[in-house]
Parts: sequence; C-alpha cells; structure tokens
Amino acid sequence: MNGPSHSSAGGASAFRPAAARTHPSALSHLRRLEAESIAILREVAAEFRKPVMLYSIGKDSSVLLHLAMKAFHPAKPPFPLLHIDTTWKFREMIAFRDRRVRELGLELLVHVNPEGLSQEISPFVHGSALYTDVMKTQALRQALEMHGFDAAIGGARRDEEKSRAKERIFSHRSVTHRWDPKNQRPELWNLYNTLLVPGESMRVFPLSNWTELDVWDYIQLEAIPIVPLYFASLRPVVERDGALIMVDDDRMPLQPGETPQWRSIRFRTLGCYPLTGATPSTASDLAAIVREMAASRTSERQGRVIDRDSAASMERKKVEGYF
Amino acid sequence: MAAHSAILGRTRESAWTQTDDRPTLRLVTCGSVDDGKSTLVGRLLFDSKMLLDDQLDALAADSKVAGTAGPALDFALLVDGLQAEREQGITIDVAYRFFATRRRRFVVADTPGHVQYTRNMATGASHAELAVVLVDARKGVVSQTRRHSHILALLGVRHVLVAVNKMDLVGFDADRFTAISVAFRTMAEQLGIADVQCIPVVACDGDNVFGNSGRMPWYDGPSVMEHLEAVDVSDGIESRPFRFPVQWVNRPNPEFRGFSGRVAGGTVHCGDPVVVQPSGRRSRISGIVTADGRLQQAVSGQSVTLLLADEVDASRGDVLTSGTPPMVTDHIAAHLIWFDDEAMRRGRRYVLKSGTSSIGAVVSTMKHRVCIETMAKESALTLEANEIGCVEVVLDRPLVCDAYRDNRDLGSFILIDPFSRRTVAAGLVDAPLRRPANVSWHTLDVDKSMRARLKQQKPCVLWLTGLSGAGKSTIANLVDRRLCELGRHTMLLDGDNLRHGINRDLGFTSEARVENIRRVTEIAALLVDAGLITLVSLISPFRADRDMARRRFDDGEFIEIHVATPLSTCEARDPKGLYKRARAGELSNFTGIDQPYEVPEKPDITIDGGALSAEAAAELIVRHLREHHYL
Repeated sequence: MNGPSHSSAGGASAFRPAAARTHPSALSHLRRLEAESIAILREVAAEFRKPVMLYSIGKDSSVLLHLAMKAFHPAKPPFPLLHIDTTWKFREMIAFRDRRVRELGLELLVHVNPEGLSQEISPFVHGSALYTDVMKTQALRQALEMHGFDAAIGGARRDEEKSRAKERIFSHRSVTHRWDPKNQRPELWNLYNTLLVPGESMRVFPLSNWTELDVWDYIQLEAIPIVPLYFASLRPVVERDGALIMVDDDRMPLQPGETPQWRSIRFRTLGCYPLTGATPSTASDLAAIVREMAASRTSERQGRVIDRDSAASMERKKVEGYF
Repeated sequence: MAAHSAILGRTRESAWTQTDDRPTLRLVTCGSVDDGKSTLVGRLLFDSKMLLDDQLDALAADSKVAGTAGPALDFALLVDGLQAEREQGITIDVAYRFFATRRRRFVVADTPGHVQYTRNMATGASHAELAVVLVDARKGVVSQTRRHSHILALLGVRHVLVAVNKMDLVGFDADRFTAISVAFRTMAEQLGIADVQCIPVVACDGDNVFGNSGRMPWYDGPSVMEHLEAVDVSDGIESRPFRFPVQWVNRPNPEFRGFSGRVAGGTVHCGDPVVVQPSGRRSRISGIVTADGRLQQAVSGQSVTLLLADEVDASRGDVLTSGTPPMVTDHIAAHLIWFDDEAMRRGRRYVLKSGTSSIGAVVSTMKHRVCIETMAKESALTLEANEIGCVEVVLDRPLVCDAYRDNRDLGSFILIDPFSRRTVAAGLVDAPLRRPANVSWHTLDVDKSMRARLKQQKPCVLWLTGLSGAGKSTIANLVDRRLCELGRHTMLLDGDNLRHGINRDLGFTSEARVENIRRVTEIAALLVDAGLITLVSLISPFRADRDMARRRFDDGEFIEIHVATPLSTCEARDPKGLYKRARAGELSNFTGIDQPYEVPEKPDITIDGGALSAEAAAELIVRHLREHHYL
C-alpha cells in the first residue's frame, strides 16, 4: 500500500482496506458455480419435455458433461448428448468423444447436415461463413427439429464474447430458432420461465457465470479428462493469414511453397481444424496451461477464424440460430 | 496508471494465477441515461488489467468508428455489446461482466437507465449484493436516481455505492459533492438502505476509480475499487431456517429415492428432523448424497440430494423445511413489478412460479400503486409496464413461501402469461393473508364458499329458458366464452347435449320432461357447489319445473333468464328443422306448437331475442353479473 494513495492525504483513518470476509461455512467460489450449474441442469430435466445436451468435445463441454454426471448422481443424466459433426473436427476430438461416451455409458447422437455432405461443403473451398452456416447452424437446427428437442443445453459462457455477456441462462428461441436480443425474458433470482409455445425452444447455458480461468481451475480440481490437443505437443502446422493451422488430414490443400512444419503447439479452443488457430506453446500439463494463460495477452476466441469476420459477427450468427 | 499499480501491488499475472478462494461480490450498476455506467464498468475492467491485447485493439478500432470520446478510448464500448446499442450509443439490456483483483472476484450486471427498461434494472438488482448508483454531478439526484433506489430497496440490496460522476464538469466542487451525498443519504434513509458510500469520480479519466485523484484532494475516502474490495455484504443466510425446494426426485432404482435440490436457506445435517411442506409430514434426513460421496452437512447454496428416513411422499414443488415454519397459504399480499406491455388484469389467470412450484394465480385485489419517485401510495385499478404496486394474489393451491425480507429464494416469484408465455411481472411476498399455520390443507373442510373464494367469483346458475330456436344456446355459448376470457371458472349444460349422455334414456313425455329438468338441476347444483358459474340452456316451458329448480339453490344463486324471442321469429329461423316437422305432425308435445310455453313471471333478466343480437344479449348478462357482484 505504498505510493501516492489517499493514505498520505490525511483523514484516511476512516477507511482501512481489509480483506473481504466470508461466512466460515460459505461455499467456495468454484463450489458455488458448480452448485448453480447443477441446479440449472436439474431445472432443465424437470421442466422440459425432451431436452438434449450439445456436446462439442471442447473443454467447456467436458466440464458441462462432468456437471451433468454430478447433477443426477447416482442416476445417469436423463437426456442424450448431441454432437453436430461438421466432418472437419480434429481426429483426436472424435476419438476422445467416442471413448468418453463409452466410458460413461451415455447415449450420443451425431448429426451431419446431409445436404452439406452431398455438396462436399469445405471451409477451404466455400469459405468460413458459408461453411459455418451450412455445417453448424443449419445442421444444429435440422437435428433439433428432427428429434423434436425443446431444450438444448450448451456450454457457452458470458465472459467469452460481448453479445454472450447479455444472453440469458434460459435463452428463448422462436419457432424458426431465432434469438431476439431485444426481447429476452427477464431472469430474476434463480427463477427461470421455461414455458414455451409449441414449436418454440430453449437454449440453456449452465456455464453462463463461469470464466475461462474458472473452467481450467475446475478441470484441475476435478481432474476432468480433456482432449490432448489442449496440451502442447509436436504437431504439423502451416501458417496462414497469421494463424497456425494444423494439417490434421490430407483433405487440406497445401498452397504453393507451403510445407507443414513440426512445431510445439497447443489449442486454447477447439473446433474445426481448418478454422482453429494453434498457439506455439510448451505447456504440457494443466499447471503449465494456467501459467501460460496468466501471461497471455490475447483472448481465447482470438484463435477462432470465424469470429473475426466483423465485430458483430457472433451476434448475427446467434440471431440466425448458431449456438 | 503507475499510481494504480502501486496501490494494487499486483500484476495481471497474480490476478490470474491465484487460485485461492477470493470471495465473489455481485454488483449492479444503475443510473440515468448518459451518467456513465458503461464507462465506469469499462474503466474498472481496463484498470484491473483484465483486458487483453486483441480486446484493446478492438476497442481502439471501435472507438474510432463508434466512440464518443474523440481520439481517446471509449470504455463504454467494452460493455455495450449489442450492435443496435453501439449504433445508438446506449445500453439496452443487462450485460454481465467478470473481473477479479487480488482481493475479490466481481460479477457486474450493467443495466440501462431508460425509463422503459426498469425490468432490466430489477433483473440486475435481483442478483446483486451491492449497487453502484451513478449520479451526474451536474444534475444531482434526479427522478431516475430515486426510481432506481426504490427498486434497490424493494429488492433488498442493502449496500449502495454512489459514484458522483463527471466531477470535472463541476470544477471538482467539494460542496456540490457534499450536497448530492446528503440528498442521496436522506432518500436512502427513508428507503431503509443501511449502507451508503458516496465517492466523487471522473469515470472516463479514472479519478477515484482505482486509486485516488490528485484533482480532488479534499476527498479522503476510499476509491470505488477500494470500497468494492473491502465492503462486507454477508447476509447470514446460512444461519436462517433450513429451506430446500425439491427440484427433482432421483429414483434410479427401487432401492434409491432421493430428493435433489439446492439449499435455499440455512444448513442441514444428517439426522436433522424435517417437515415436508405443504403436506406437513415429518421425517428425518438419513443421508446427504453427492457425486463426491456422502456429506454430514449441506449449507445454503449447495446442490445436493437428500434421503429421508421415512417413506414420505414428496415431489417437485414441495419444500423440506426445519426451524421457523414457512407460510403455507393460497392467499398472499405481495409487491409486483409489472414488466409486460399488456397491463395487469385483475381476475385474469397467470402462472405463478416460485422456487420449484408453478401454480395458477389470480391478482384478486389491487391495493395501491407505489409512485416510484415519491414512494407515495396511489389508488389504481391496474399496473402498466414498469409500475410497482401492492396486490393480493389468490392461488389455485397452497404455496410454501417466506416473506421476501426473510428469504429471497422462498419469497420471490414471477408471473407468466399462460398464453404468450411471457414473464409479465416479478413479485415479492410480503405476508400471508390466511395462515393455516402448520395445518395441512387437506385436513381442512373445504366448503362451497372456500372454493368460490379461491376462484374469486360468486358461483351461480344462469338458467336460460325460452322457445326452441330462441337463441339460448348461442347466447349461453357467448356468455361462457366471455367469462372464460375474463378468467372465470364456468360450465355450460346444454339441454340438447345432455340428452346424448346422462339423459339419453329420456323421451319427451311430461314425466320425462320433469325428470330431465330434475337431473339438470342436480348437476347444476353440484357445479355451483364446486364454485363454478354454471350456464343451463333448456326450453323448460313450465313455471313449476323452473320453480322446482330455483328451490334447489340458495338465495341469489339462481338467475332466471328469459330469452323472449317471438314464436314467428323462432319458426322462421328453425335451425334444426323441428318447427317444420312439428307443423307436419311428425313431432308431438312440441313447445309453442302443440304444447304451451309458460312465460316467466319475474325473470331476473329478459332478453328481447327478436331485437337484440346474441352478442348484445351476452354482454347484457355479463353486465348483470358484474352489477350484482357475481364477478
């Protein structure tokens, strides 16, 4: 408390900075977040006719899945998992997905947009915007409609992005899956209006109040398995438009003069390999990752090529039905 | 900036790597339009070094395009997330922001200052322990400040930090700051807000935001961040009576039956006796189950699954309790904050959601509206969007609740429109209006008047008599629909329709006619006992039959309505072709043709069916019900 603070200005005796106090039996920060998320998951199970949990295989999804296992223990979660497979996910993600589902004995539904598949939609050929719309947004809407799900649980957090910061925990979608940011249902206390007009649906975000650091702290605390791509290792990459893109399979067309380099990299966020930039890193365990994040000067979504289209690109995608 | 780092004695790295358990302070920011709320929040994020290079680059770029701060960084752009808001330069929704210092973590709800967005302010306040109220030093305490402070007091936010902003624009005038502080404290005292800290700031320049300001040497109190880091907001919820709304009954196999939920007050231990409300059944906690093993105790805020020692029935919506019993009541006094563009309608049915219960509810009485600026009680018939009022609410079945001041989770509710499914209001329980105390509802004798009171109507039978084709069924149907729209509980007994079921065995002899009327009368009496407004549409041509029916009911319950349509008109309408057949001799004992119709001597209502439209007739009947206080 040195320096030119008010304490030298006289009359400061009225104010003594002190550590904030908590009740001795109050829940810790992570346990409170955990309890809130579990309560939200149970609310979904109790209030909706046919809920589903979106499973994207990333670290947030891993936390979400872990919380769902806790929420209904000793029973299994009373809803299936749904993976929207763009066919361009990292191979390690798919292997991890299948292993986790098998270990936990859960029901997994996988949906690929059949039109996108037949037209061979590729981020390399058709660009990230069209590709994302067809293989992610449209595919998700197809799957939700096909199974008649009235609630879809996702792992989005409010600290990820500015338009996410304004989204409700129970986020109402119209019959056409649109999000109306100006007409959101008010959410007071822990009360969620879960009533829907037939055809409407709900997106539910139990991790709304978690930060990126909370997610990593919790993964460490609970020893939650995550895809190995989050840990640094030698992987083949090429540098494109300032992003390090991993050459995950032979569908990636190399441009003249491009040769994959083996570099020690890891991913802060996981998605489709052609759209996910890697970070040069040697952080090969959780402690090292948290240390590296502390020193980092960029946000996690910086690695996502699709978010960079414009400042409002996420808001527009969300209005259209993207998660 | 150097001063700030020195005071904090920390870097961004320490804020991120500390995995100790810094407590979280949840705060809400509020103030009038352009008071600088978003700027203050953006500044707190900036000064706590929570911004990253790519976010700073984006901010610099955005500031050039949309900023209102000239060449400088426009911190409001950090929190004004939605495209429409950026273009209009205003915040239109609640945004949640997260940051941390070495002492505390913070969750900020940034809420708008527009009059029409009071609901967002209330939303933010419902999650907050402390409020930061922005006041423009040039304008002082304005009506918006009073409005927001009232909402804060109503929602039980007991700690307020008043940031008197734009001090640079009043020449850093200490007297101006003192005057505003006194004005705010006076108001806060009236409202019962106990803890007020006023701080003079210049949000965009950071004066008194993190460290102190060299430009206001006369101020010797804490900076905004110093106060936020130190303030004690514990509310002692852990030591209040135990409350556990059952969310989900966990029954994976016949051997395991657990009640999942989140402790909403107090602490529970293994072995504690509990009472299941509203049934009033007693049992004991025989286990506290989590995925991490069994626990000996669970505290407020914890999500667990409880096992009971006895096979007592409990399901979603029930509450496990101990200590001071909660209210178990179907009639409450409450404050409502109305949100919806469609005004509140007394007598209309809404869904009330409280804890894990959803119950049909009717606002039975509008006691008064509260003027948000003066806090005066005003007489009013309804509540419009963003208005606050005191009401009485009658519920379809008993609700387990506490007064809001005793327990936020058990004392709060929302009202949902059952048709649009919109959240139309937020409510706070003040008191029960009838207190069955610890007596279970099911053990009470429920009589007609109790059922009627529950439905907020006076049950009666509307007996429509008249010639075939007079329009009885059409009018009865319209009245029925109109009453349903008004949220009333009704039933329509149509003579023709009853002959398809319960009266299928009856013909048209005079004995059969008497038996027909007797049966309809008995059914109507049961429905009136059930509290319903019952419509009977029956030719019932004989006075004696109608008098017999009238005698079956209490005084004032039987309303005789003569649908007096001239025979010629009925015969011309002949909707079922019966007159034609009667004239042809195919039907005998047909009223008006070969059997007389005895006109009622003193009907309660006479409808000139030849002149009045069915709609007008229906309106006439509904008006009669209103004027005679059946509705």
